[in-house]
This record gives sequence, C-alpha cells and structure tokens, in this order.
Amino acid sequence: MKLIMCAGPPTSGKTTVLRQVARRLLKKGRRLAYLKIDVQFADEDELFRNEFAIPARKIYSGDLCPDHASVLVLGDAVKWAEEEGADLIVETAGLCLRCAPYIVGSLGIVVLEATSGMNLPRKIGAMLTLADIAVVTKIDLVSQAEREVFRANIMDATRIEVLEADALRGIGIDRLVRRIERAEDVTMPLMLKGSPPVATCTICVGKKVIGWEHHFGVLRKLDTDLFYRGE
Amino acid sequence: MEIRKVTILGGYGRGGEKERVDQVDLEMGDLLSIVGPTGSGKTALINDIGLFAAEDTPSRRRILINGAAPAEEFLDDPAKNPIALITQHTGFLSDVSVASFLDTHARIRRSGNRDAVVADILDFANQLTGEPIITDSAMTELSGGQSRALLIADAVIIGNSPIILLDEIENAGINLTRALEMLRKYEKIFVFVTHDPRITLSSDYRIVMKGGAMQNAITTSLEEKRIGEKVTELDKIIMGMRDRISSGERMLEKEFRAIMDMTWLT
Ligand SMILES: Nc1nc2c(ncn2[C@@H]2O[C@H](COP(=O)(O)OP(=O)(O)OP(=O)(O)O)[C@@H](O)[C@H]2O)c(=O)[nH]1
Ligand SMILES: Nc1ncnc2c1ncn2[C@@H]1O[C@H](COP(=O)(O)OP(=O)(O)OP(=O)(O)O)[C@@H](O)[C@H]1O
Ligand SMILES: [Mg+2]
Ligand SMILES: [Mg+2]
Ligand SMILES: [Zn+2]
Ligand SMILES: [Zn+2]
Repeated sequence: MKLIMCAGPPTSGKTTVLRQVARRLLKKGRRLAYLKIDVQFADEDELFRNEFAIPARKIYSGDLCPDHASVLVLGDAVKWAEEEGADLIVETAGLCLRCAPYIVGSLGIVVLEATSGMNLPRKIGAMLTLADIAVVTKIDLVSQAEREVFRANIMDATRIEVLEADALRGIGIDRLVRRIERAEDVTMPLMLKGSPPVATCTICVGKKVIGWEHHFGVLRKLDTDLFYRGE
Repeated sequence: MEIRKVTILGGYGRGGEKERVDQVDLEMGDLLSIVGPTGSGKTALINDIGLFAAEDTPSRRRILINGAAPAEEFLDDPAKNPIALITQHTGFLSDVSVASFLDTHARIRRSGNRDAVVADILDFANQLTGEPIITDSAMTELSGGQSRALLIADAVIIGNSPIILLDEIENAGINLTRALEMLRKYEKIFVFVTHDPRITLSSDYRIVMKGGAMQNAITTSLEEKRIGEKVTELDKIIMGMRDRISSGERMLEKEFRAIMDMTWLT
C-alpha cells in the first residue's frame, strides 16, 4: 500500500488539494482511506466520507504535538487501511514547526500557499526540508512574477520538486497525481524520517513559573546563540 | 529553444459544449486580442496558455508549442519558460523590497547582468507611471498603477520571453498608449485580454469569448485598423485632459469645442 503524508500550515489548501487528488485517483480505480490528525478540531473526515464514500477517520492530538501523535497512531491507521484494501492519505495539522510527520518510503507532500510571506519557506524547517514534493496553492491569487519568486525562495531553503496549483479549479493537480502513482509501497517497520527535537523539561510536567532560573533540564537564555535548521 | 508558433486547441465551454473555434495558431510577431463580456472566460483562456494546459484545466484545452506538447521544464524552470503572463492583479502580497524582489526574479529567470536588468525594468516601468517607483519601498506599498507598470516591465524585460500575455492592462491606471508604443518595439507574440477598442483594432485578429468558450475568431479589416488609429488620436486628447486636470489645471469650453470641430474625427 502507498502512504501519503500531507503537511502544511493551517488553511494552506491541504484538504482542497487532497480532494482533487482523491477524485482523480478514485476515478482511476484506486481504493483510498483518509485520516486527519489535528489538535482540537477537524471535520475533513466527514467531508471525505460524504463526498467520496471512502473510509475516513480523524484523531485529536490534544496536549501532544500532532506529529508526535502521528507516530503513536500511524501503526494502527496503516493496519486499518490495509484491512480496507486501500492506500492511506494522512493530512496532518502542521502546527509544530520543529517536527515533521514524514515516514521513510511514504510520499511526503508539503502544501504551501503562494499568498503567504516570502520568508515562509525559511521558517517552517523540517516540514519543508524532509518532504518529497512541495505543492504551492492559490497561484490564481498572485502574479506570475510572485509565483516565480516564491518558488525561488523554496529552492533556496531546500532542493525539492515544486508543483504549482490552483487547487480550487483543479489546475496543476494531474502532475501531482502522476507523482503519487509513481510512489512506492511502504514497507514495515515504518520509520519516521527525521528525529523530532523535543525534550522533556520542567515545563512539560506542568511548572508554569516564567524565567529560566526556575527550571532545569533543557534551558535557554535570551542571548543564547540558537541555530536550528530543521534536521 | 526557438519559439515559432503557439497553438490553442479548443476544448469545452462552461456548459460543456464544444468550442466553436477549435484551433488558433499564433505565429511570432502576431498581436491577438481576446474580447468578450465580464465572466466570459477571457482570463481562463490566457491562464490556459500561461500554464500550458494539457486537458487538465476546466476548459480541457490543449496548448502546443511549435506544434508539439510543451516540455515539462517550461513549468519547472522559470528560466526556460517562454511565456510571461501579466495577470489582472493590481497588488502584491510580497513582503520584500522592490529591489530584492526584482533581483530574485532576475536570478531565477537567469537574466544576464542582474543590476542592468533591474535598472531597465525600473526605467520601463517609470515611463508608464505618474510617480516613479522607489526601489527601497516594499512591494506591498506600490499603488495599483505602479504594480501593473512594474509587472509589465518585468515580463517584457526580465526573461526576454517570446510570448507575452496581458490581462486587461487598460484597467491599470497606466499610460496605455505609451505602453502599447513601447511594447510594439519588441518582436514577440502578444495576447491582450481587453475591453479597449484601441488595442482590439490594432491587433491582427481577435477571439470573441462567450460562456467560457471561444465563439469566433475575427481578422481585423483595414477599415477597422483606420478606425483604430482615429480612436487612438481621440484617446490622446482625453489623456491630455486627464493629465491637465491631474496637475491642477482648469478645463475651458472653447478648447473643447475646438476639439469637437476637428474634421478628421468624422
Ligand atoms: N483561490 C484559491 N483558494 C484556495 C486554493 N486552495 C485552497 N483554497 C481555499 O483556501 C481555504 C483553506 O483551504 P483548505 O483546503 O481547507 O486548507 P487546509 O490546509 O486543509 O486547512 P486546515 O486543514 O484547516 O489547516 C479554503 O477556503 C479553500 O477554498 C487555491 O488554489 N486557490
Ligand atoms: N471553459 C470553461 N470551463 C469551465 N469554467 C470556465 C471556463 N471558462 C471560464 N471558466 C470559469 O468562469 C469564471 C469566469 O471566467 P474568467 O475569470 O476567465 O472571466 P473574464 O472574461 O476574464 O471576466 P472579467 O472580464 O471579469 O475579467 C472563472 O471562474 C473561470 O474559471
Ligand atoms: Mg484541512
Ligand atoms: Mg478576467
Ligand atoms: Zn512537534
Ligand atoms: Zn517541555
């Protein structure tokens, strides 16, 4: 089975892209299952169930980073999709800018909107650098020049395949579908691509006092020289 | 790659009916207008050209370059893209300075000497705007007219693209007659989406859109071309009035009467 992991900032167009993709893949006779991992609200499962009559679920990560939640639940989800005889499409919340949900052997898609700031590609770390393809949506809302400069900013952040789309009208989606059709099947055991930089600290266990002097474990002062490239 | 010809193979209108015009061939040097009421699909048609539609847009049209399916690298590498599309947008969302935007764009389009290219773009753009563009200002601070002027200049100069698509440049608050004069100095394929008779009547031919479909292709007659020249003269008069009012002058009835008496207009 194929595993498609789709991440991207809120409202970047992940669902819109995946609906266009699902419509085309189902028409070609592929079977699909859909899982949304979000923090505290999502309705995409209903949307995919109603529109395509495919098995669809959601899970809320609550107090966990959604990409950490994904590591925990994805094993079960893959079994579930396998029982359904379907490829699995996972849409994640993409809120944690340190972690990335991509799995070795899965097809990692990051969805970015052309309307976001020019520096976005430099801000989102592993969500972009560990993906296999970047899909740039909302190209109908910007000029060609801006679209090309946005592409340059992605390429400056990482060497990655970039596809541009007007996801509302389904323009540019066929190329993504061809890329998905070429993706390999995942093999067990599933392994996360990057190591998420998270540490258990006194804040994690509930200490709320502000100021590094009150904490121990992983500490950071204002003048720390921080550098983090997202993998 | 040398571009000689662009072909539009007709698809379907919004209602699913086959387009009446099933093929349009554009040769190097051609000037084409796309006309039709608001919502008739003019923008969708040039977007199809700009994105090298391959039956993968709502219209199911196909675009051929030199009679063959375009290379995928046209879409993946802006430096190889032979098309520059000036969209209907009159604003930028980019939170960077004009100088850094143009420099990045020149880099990705691999235009030789970047500083010279950027200077040429600004020079071109500033001939179309009222107030000159300041390179230190953010793209988002440019006025609607300045934005369009910059986009036109960028498209014409940066990649030296052989095919230029322009969506309603008359709505940009720029000096259109001047823009047309400057554009015609370049040997390219020009496609204008337009409601303006000056542009339409000076084109080689026009496509009439209706309901999302290409309804008709009309070659401009010599008679129409003569009318076009007069309309342009008329427009120069109106532009002159506009400039004078803009700079704070008063209009006089006797001057206006003198214009109306000019016999060449009738
Ligand atoms: N104009 C335009 N709008 C788009 C495009 N893609 C998505 N949208 C719109 O952007 C909004 C957000 O799209 P979604 O697909 O829900 O975004 P998402 O990434 O799934 O959002 P969350 O899951 O809530 O984080 C919707 O209103 C879409 O209709 C596009 O290519 N062009
Ligand atoms: N052949 C087609 N099939 C399906 N949808 C179409 C087709 N042509 C146009 N449309 C859709 O119709 C809508 C209006 O078209 P478009 O924006 O191209 O009109 P326009 O002529 O440029 O209008 P305006 O003069 O207001 O700019 C758009 O949403 C477009 O995607
Ligand atoms: Mg969504
Ligand atoms: Mg339009
Ligand atoms: Zn995280
Ligand atoms: Zn912690």
